[in-house]
Amino acid sequence: MKVKEPKIVAFLCNWCSYAGADLAGVSRIQYPPNIRVIRVPCSSRVNPLFILKALQEGVDGVLVAGCHPGDCHYISGNYLARRKFTIFKNLLDYLGIEKDRVHFTWISAAEGARFAEIVKEVTERVKKLGPVKRLVKNRSA
Amino acid sequence: MQSVENRIKEKAAELLTTKKVDLLIGFERGTMPLRASPAFIYDEADIEKLAWNSFCEMNLARYLTRITSKRVGIIAKGCDSRAIAALVVEGQVKREQIMIIGVPCPGMVDRRKIEKEIKGEIDKVEEKKGEIIVKGNNFEKVFKKNNYLYPCCKVCKHGNPSIYDILIGEKVKENSKVDEYAEITEYEKKSPDKRWEFFEKEVSKCIRCYACRQACPMCYCEECFVDSFHPKWVDKSLDFSDIAIWHIMRVYHQTGRCVSCGACERACPMQINLRFLTEKINKDVKVYFNFEAGLDLSVNPPLAAFDIKDREDFIDTC
Repeated sequence: MKVKEPKIVAFLCNWCSYAGADLAGVSRIQYPPNIRVIRVPCSSRVNPLFILKALQEGVDGVLVAGCHPGDCHYISGNYLARRKFTIFKNLLDYLGIEKDRVHFTWISAAEGARFAEIVKEVTERVKKLGPVKRLVKNRSA
Repeated sequence: MQSVENRIKEKAAELLTTKKVDLLIGFERGTMPLRASPAFIYDEADIEKLAWNSFCEMNLARYLTRITSKRVGIIAKGCDSRAIAALVVEGQVKREQIMIIGVPCPGMVDRRKIEKEIKGEIDKVEEKKGEIIVKGNNFEKVFKKNNYLYPCCKVCKHGNPSIYDILIGEKVKENSKVDEYAEITEYEKKSPDKRWEFFEKEVSKCIRCYACRQACPMCYCEECFVDSFHPKWVDKSLDFSDIAIWHIMRVYHQTGRCVSCGACERACPMQINLRFLTEKINKDVKVYFNFEAGLDLSVNPPLAAFDIKDREDFIDTC
């Protein structure tokens, strides 16, 4: 049976991770076409509600990426994001939502190759989980 | 406890007559037995209404963000005072506007537990040295108070007010050895599927009345994300995903702010176990950031602060 290709939403910070993705593009590095990029000003702009909403709408995986600690364009945005997501990720796991659905990472503007690696890794892990079921809205009801 | 009640009345009279406060928020006897309700005293004539017993369970800090009086006196148990402190830290109320009358709290009694054991109508409730005597038409039953406390009161470590201007009554001996997160640690050991099953079971009971939000002292947003129409985040439906998102986000918004007063759980008409959510957040905040809400006015809430050395073991490193 053919495995259904997962859809993954990637929230990329404007200053590092998005530029990292761009670098991967202009360097012609191959990576799975499963991700849909949403550009955000900073990783701390990502409200956990965005992630839940994405899962509810049937997205199979979510990736959030920001500047490495210390490199934030807004000085401390990614430190604040780190605290937020520490709590949020633990909460999701606690409720029983698969750990590999939601990923967080740091990608700098120079790490085009790393961006491709991360996307590969995340896509593989999400594929292993299969399509998202928990939290998906039942439209027919 | 009678004496504490009288002393509260005395203090209230003093504060109101000397115009030190314009409004005093306290408790009065409810219209039903086994219940108390919040009392708003503007006038000395109403002071007799004030009560203090084992059913003063509401978190009065809830009202501070909604009132317009200039100087407010408030009766505060341990959890109320913590909520007030947290509200002060968040800039929602001014410390100098609030006269906190601290009353050490030995724990409040879960009326639902008592009601379950009684058939027939309850006419009268009396309290004597750690015992609750419930009288009805042709029965009289004695309950040991300590066995009928609310779950949050059973493991409470902060019965004494964290901040106060006046303290009434003897400080209670706080149970510092109890592990308030024991239940959560136990729950974490279950498999993800089992946890999801439990979450699904509990949350499906929800009728989206938002009583948990209304009762919570820390939920003061002018517009809650769940009420927002533009953008509309959560549909007004009874679809499980919508209910689940409401509960996940509600508890997430409590990060480093929840004072474990149990108001949400008591307010819930469907008796959803909400503690298993809020306590998880409290536990993580304690473990990761070594923080408990409402104990210290000089410390910022954890999500409004950061440390360069914060743990990041959840970050993917490929």
